[in-house]
Amino acid sequence: MSKLFDDEAVRRLEAEREEWERAELAEFLERQPERKDAFRTDSQQPLKRVYTPADVASIEWEELGWPGRPPFTRGPYPTMYRARNWTFRQIAGYGTGADTNQRFQYLIAQGQTGLSVDFDMPTLMGYDSDHEMSVGEVGREGVAIDVVDDMEALFQDIELEQISVSMTINPTAWILLAMYVAMARRRGCDLNRLSGTIQNDILKEYMAQKEWIYPIRPSLRIVRDTIVFCAREMRRYNPINISGYHINEAGASGVQELAFTMANARCYLQEVTRAGVDVDEFASRLAFYFVSGSDFFEEVAKFRAARRVWSNMVSSFGARLPESGRLRFHCQTAAATLTRPQPYNNVVRTTLQALSAVLGGAQSLHTNGLDEAYAIPSEFAMKLALRTQQIIADETNAGSVVDPLGGSWYVEALTAQVEAEVWRILDKVEELGGTVAAIEAGWFQREIADFAYGEALRRASGERAVVGVNRYVDPPETEQPIEVHRLDPQTEARQVDQLRRVRAKRDQARVDSALTRLREVAGDETANLMPATIEAVEARASMGEIVGALEEVFGRYREQAVF
Amino acid sequence: MMAADAARPLRVVIAKVGLDGHDRGARIVARALRDAGMEVIYTGLHRRPEEVVHAALQEDADAIGVSILSGAHMTLFPRLIALMKEQGLWGEVALIGGGVMPDEDVEQLLQMGVAGIVGQDATPQEVVDAVRQAVRPRR
Repeated sequence: MSKLFDDEAVRRLEAEREEWERAELAEFLERQPERKDAFRTDSQQPLKRVYTPADVASIEWEELGWPGRPPFTRGPYPTMYRARNWTFRQIAGYGTGADTNQRFQYLIAQGQTGLSVDFDMPTLMGYDSDHEMSVGEVGREGVAIDVVDDMEALFQDIELEQISVSMTINPTAWILLAMYVAMARRRGCDLNRLSGTIQNDILKEYMAQKEWIYPIRPSLRIVRDTIVFCAREMRRYNPINISGYHINEAGASGVQELAFTMANARCYLQEVTRAGVDVDEFASRLAFYFVSGSDFFEEVAKFRAARRVWSNMVSSFGARLPESGRLRFHCQTAAATLTRPQPYNNVVRTTLQALSAVLGGAQSLHTNGLDEAYAIPSEFAMKLALRTQQIIADETNAGSVVDPLGGSWYVEALTAQVEAEVWRILDKVEELGGTVAAIEAGWFQREIADFAYGEALRRASGERAVVGVNRYVDPPETEQPIEVHRLDPQTEARQVDQLRRVRAKRDQARVDSALTRLREVAGDETANLMPATIEAVEARASMGEIVGALEEVFGRYREQAVF
Repeated sequence: MMAADAARPLRVVIAKVGLDGHDRGARIVARALRDAGMEVIYTGLHRRPEEVVHAALQEDADAIGVSILSGAHMTLFPRLIALMKEQGLWGEVALIGGGVMPDEDVEQLLQMGVAGIVGQDATPQEVVDAVRQAVRPRR
């Protein structure tokens, strides 16, 4: 192990600091006091006035190391963006599969390099488009998918082996994966050549995003089944995107976001290894997803700390392959920081957040539309957001050097500070009996609600600045209207009509027997649900039917609502 | 409401209707109203309009605050209003909305008689004021 600076140099610096504080600093503060008594990060981590080698004196060089080598602090790959840029992955989804396919074709024509699908609320929650809970929601916030035919329409004329596809889907992820596999097989694709991801991170749903169907235990089993299936049949596919994004957007701090995400990651590692699968067989396919928020340096530190925490965590599960501990993450700029007044300011916010993600070493990025606080993005807003990434990639030179902020005394000290805080929270979760027990006790939910309320009060008092909202406010009549995306009012009728036509012409006996088989498999905790689900979607069973069949076996989750 | 009720704290049902799980706003609103001395009944997520109106009736609420971030507000608010009319609550109980909505939708909802729309940038105090404002003519 080697220290970054020798002890003698550090002692000299500390003596110098004291001397500087007594002289220049004291005199200057006398004349001009600082803006506030204490400076903190967005996560409320205390900050020093200025950082020196003394602040990183306890850090060993091996904790930073080389890019592409454990603990990957400096980046998951040796060359990072010098080989190729991060993936420009703008999420899109509205209306029917055919409607969203048009937006995909547009984004690919504009230079987008990966696809990301947003689904409508009924699809996310496992209801068919003709269910009474779906009224008013079909195709509104995302694309509506009921049967495998909708999936075919969504990816028409898109080469599945050529582009990676991310699907933001959780409690119903395994069904969407089954549809994707069924479609790929029908097209004659090699499953081992498909790259992409399903979000499939059910634990953070109970904590933050609140999209769930079944109780926690059977839901974890479904996640396990998808991880094991992909490890064996889809070697390049990420079966899960362990997500802090929603935890942060629900109101958690950046540090809590990372800590809670890692608590979930640890739980998935336990779940799959308990089923007898070696950690080296699947850990390298677990991907992550974080927000890039407004505290520029804290976010960079968060991404760097995330890589170090994961590498050490995976080692503790006995991993021998270095790539098992290589954290790769998708990043999205922070929707919750965007404002309705002066919407063009949002472009500036998003640009800074995107730069933070790039300096932190993200593998793919979605930049938000300036109209986020109004509706789902217009085509214009998405193009501008994509151009934001392209300008950073092609004009700023930011990607020419790996981990450009590495070695900054401030960023290294903050990385270590975030990391220590994350392990402190992880220990706390262990004390509470682990992630599932802490969810059941409502612990994460309360922590998130508390930080969110504190943040609302800080915004209200002006302690937390929001330009255009609590300072530099324009009179309402001067606000420039912006054009927003409108849903075609016929969408719901079109989608329901398509679903009914599929139901009318399918082989009902085949559907019934596939659903019966699925219920049997569900009843055997050691069996894998994926093959029977693929069989059911190939028989044209709808998502709602599959969800309903398993609900008979698993039951439904009920939340204790706290505020 | 009877004049004698004027001394009791305001009772507010805070509800999430529809399928979206974005409850950050609803929970902040619930806490802000409680901290301001109101009695808050939070329904939790994924409620049907029928359940929300029923809760308001059972709880003798002065106001219902409904948060929707799925974009389904133009379907769900008319449904809530119709149900409130059926139950004789319309005009007695204030209906207030919150969430992400385009301007022209906000305008239309106000015309339908929704007492106020609380945006994502509202401070806790502004939320409390909006509820008091909406309830005042009825007490």
